[in-house]
Amino acid sequence: MDGFVHSLESFGTVDGPGIRFVVFLQGCPLRCLYCHNPDTWEKGKGNRISADELLREYDKNRDFYKRGGITVTGGEPLLQLDFVTELFEKAKKKGIHTCLDTSGITFSKSSEKALAGFDRLLECTDLVMLDIKHIDPEDHMKLTGADNRNVLSFAEYLEEKGKPFWVRHVIVDGWTNKKEELVRLGRYLAGFTCLKALDVIPYHTMGEAKYESLGIDYPLKGVEATTVASAVKAKSYIMEGLRDERLRIRK
Amino acid sequence: MNFNFEEWYGFEIGTWSKEINVRSFIKHNYTPYDGNEEFLVGPTQNTTDLWEQVLDLTRQEREAGGVLDMDTNVISTITSHAPGYLNKEKETIVGFQTDKPFKRALMPYGGIRMAEKACKDNGYEIDPTIKEFFTTHRKTHNAGVFDAYTPEMRACRSSHIITGLPDAYGRGRIIGDYRRVALYGVDRLIKDKMEQKETTRSAMYSQVIRDREELSEQIRALEDLKEMALSYGYDISRPAKDTKEAIQWLYFGYLAAVKEQNGAAMSLGRTSTFLDIYAERDLKNDVFTEAQIQEMIDHFIMKLRLIKFARTPEYNSLFSGDPQWVTESIAGVAIDGRHLVTKMSYRYLHTLENLGAAPEPNLTVLWSTKLPENFKRFCARLSIETSSIQYENDDLMRFTHGDDYAIACCVSSMRVGKEMQFFGARANLAKCLLYAINGGVDEISGKQIAPEYRPITSEYLDYDEVIKRYDEMMKWLAGVYVNTLNIIHYMHDKYCYEKIQMALHDKKVTRWFATGIAGLSVVADSLSAIKYAKVKVIRNEQGIATDYEVEGDFPKYGNDDDRVDSIAYNVVHRFMEHIRKNHTYRDSIPTTSILTITSNVVYGKNTGATPDGRKKGEAFAPGANPMHRRDTHGAVASLASVAKLPFIDAQDGISNTFSIIPGALGKDDRIFSGDIDLDCISGGCASPTLFEGLDRE
Repeated sequence: MDGFVHSLESFGTVDGPGIRFVVFLQGCPLRCLYCHNPDTWEKGKGNRISADELLREYDKNRDFYKRGGITVTGGEPLLQLDFVTELFEKAKKKGIHTCLDTSGITFSKSSEKALAGFDRLLECTDLVMLDIKHIDPEDHMKLTGADNRNVLSFAEYLEEKGKPFWVRHVIVDGWTNKKEELVRLGRYLAGFTCLKALDVIPYHTMGEAKYESLGIDYPLKGVEATTVASAVKAKSYIMEGLRDERLRIRK
Repeated sequence: MNFNFEEWYGFEIGTWSKEINVRSFIKHNYTPYDGNEEFLVGPTQNTTDLWEQVLDLTRQEREAGGVLDMDTNVISTITSHAPGYLNKEKETIVGFQTDKPFKRALMPYGGIRMAEKACKDNGYEIDPTIKEFFTTHRKTHNAGVFDAYTPEMRACRSSHIITGLPDAYGRGRIIGDYRRVALYGVDRLIKDKMEQKETTRSAMYSQVIRDREELSEQIRALEDLKEMALSYGYDISRPAKDTKEAIQWLYFGYLAAVKEQNGAAMSLGRTSTFLDIYAERDLKNDVFTEAQIQEMIDHFIMKLRLIKFARTPEYNSLFSGDPQWVTESIAGVAIDGRHLVTKMSYRYLHTLENLGAAPEPNLTVLWSTKLPENFKRFCARLSIETSSIQYENDDLMRFTHGDDYAIACCVSSMRVGKEMQFFGARANLAKCLLYAINGGVDEISGKQIAPEYRPITSEYLDYDEVIKRYDEMMKWLAGVYVNTLNIIHYMHDKYCYEKIQMALHDKKVTRWFATGIAGLSVVADSLSAIKYAKVKVIRNEQGIATDYEVEGDFPKYGNDDDRVDSIAYNVVHRFMEHIRKNHTYRDSIPTTSILTITSNVVYGKNTGATPDGRKKGEAFAPGANPMHRRDTHGAVASLASVAKLPFIDAQDGISNTFSIIPGALGKDDRIFSGDIDLDCISGGCASPTLFEGLDRE
């Protein structure tokens, strides 16, 4: 089957381990205020490309990806779950490391059939990068347009399946940089043994131009880019929560 | 004949002890190093003091407008100046081009006008008797060239379809095997050269006469080298006996070259692993400590940073700065499969920490997938911290140049002491395309430069027609270009011969006839636009095509798209085929390069609008780079397009200048915590280091 692809990046160095071939899929149900890829939101657009074609592109330069692999991001890749599954299954047959960058927002245990689909995807996924936008359900709603029940439930599902995952968290001034919320996120994460890395990402304003060209008002107009120093601080709060909770569990 | 010098104690003998063969010496004696950088030491007090003195002089030089002092009445030769020092007490490695640091020498043999102008533009007047001498009594390279140029060559020169020709300045790009001075001592080298002279053919046709004359010049240069070293208190007629002498002897060899030649690119060679053999021997025998050895290397590198030439502002703007291209090639892999990384490879690079980052010497790592992991990490870290390391693909170059080649300038590879290059600047292939469209008329001046071929008169460009005309025009350009270079190198050999550098070469030298290409990506995209989109020609009143309108989209070079990458491939291949059809001076082997690193701006300025939508005067992309912002699939795709170009046709090098913000090279580990192992944390591991790791900022 074909996927709806927004774009390809042949030299991805920040979306998973090593140098990666990054596939940006088109379509996303969330409308995160800080989103820097608003051009990936709309569903059913983009270039239609098959999994085989993508892997051919990958193969052309596979020497570069020896210690990396393929990352699928978006948009929200889970909107095209069957396509991603086909791509990853074919990639695994070639021994390629697969990484899924997702918000987990479409996850639901409600139906057996849906769950079977996720099971199948996880089987061919080596690493999940889960973007937890906010630990508080209401704030998550304000920030993204949906609450975080599915997201957290996806995290728990990953733990249950023993699937290694990273957590990514974007720091935006006035939205996600409150100490108590960050500590709370850390405490929440303390229970996950499959958590392998924490990727704290400072918000930047480079997406603003895209909004302009799309004729959309920029929701975070006036909010300044997060400095590395405040991201470092934010990380320390998450780590503080994580450590305290971990020590408490140990006792 | 076996030589055995007492200075060679402890060395394993081999072919190198019977003949001049540094590569053999290295093979037999070097120690590959797989460890990490922990053994390195910081700068000594003397090093820091000297470097502060240099920084102070650098500041003074900047404040003086770029030049602190110039010689206006002493013609620079190997022995022209008395010794110069920063601080004699503190310097472990000595020698400056003139009698004091930061004083630029007067080198008129390349061309008296250039030498005069370099002085004038910096506020100095050369001694009128010198000017008179080099105008009336002694011909220069520049004067010789212009005596022989044809009107067509002059026209090509002034229309900038051929640019940057070394016809008024030193051609450079030759690397003497300076290691020979240290390993054999100058007397042994002189003996060798005398034997070479004795064994020339006895029928005196012009090549033999030239060989004999040049060998005599070389022998005299070696004698001068000894004399210059002696003025600093060193007798280098014999081999170096320890690390300090080896560095010093080697540096004297190089110093003689930069006293004699103001060349465009005066590269050092591949010296670090050679010197490591001495360092290993001295460490083993407690002759020197690591700190002493590092100090000598720091001082040596400091000297290389202070190589200076008198140049004009135009020269500097062509090369974006005041570069000397003191390129030193480090690491790589040997033919026998061993890597060539030694502790000295680390020490050289470590100078970037001990003295701070600097563009010179141009430290170039010959990169191979087979280099030891520790060394790769060290290089990566230093690159991030200093942005001062150049990398080149050893796996590619080793195949054609063996394992003792070095880089001249930025990418030109040659076997040290065995191969040399005739530097040939560049032909502007984008302008050539415009000439093909305009029937040889220059799109800016309106003058007929190339032969009056039939111009293209259609409103829209037809791919097949353009390709046919373009190929014809490239054939013409290749002819006039090669012949221009033939004159240049003939005259350079005659009037500005690189005596000491060639004295440090074998008798039978392989000569590369380097040509160059500018504007490749402009041509590839233009042809792609003509083929895959529609290109309308805009002509002025005289009927000259001066602008183009592109209707529709077309594949752009730099996106790993074979439709256009194959066009780029063909352009390089065809041009090179045309180059090869011509006679080249002194049995040299023609090759080409695609490597403008800075001059792309100047080339673009002198070229009209092109069918890819590039406007008149807009800069070209450097080297083989895709045009700015046209590569949209990320770095690997961009590099893949470049990698498809035929290296066998462009053995002088293909460059892709590539800048990236550090954030796009990977995660900042201040905000990224990898390797979280909560199993370990929760399981109560004995070591609390993971917690510390988590908190590390």
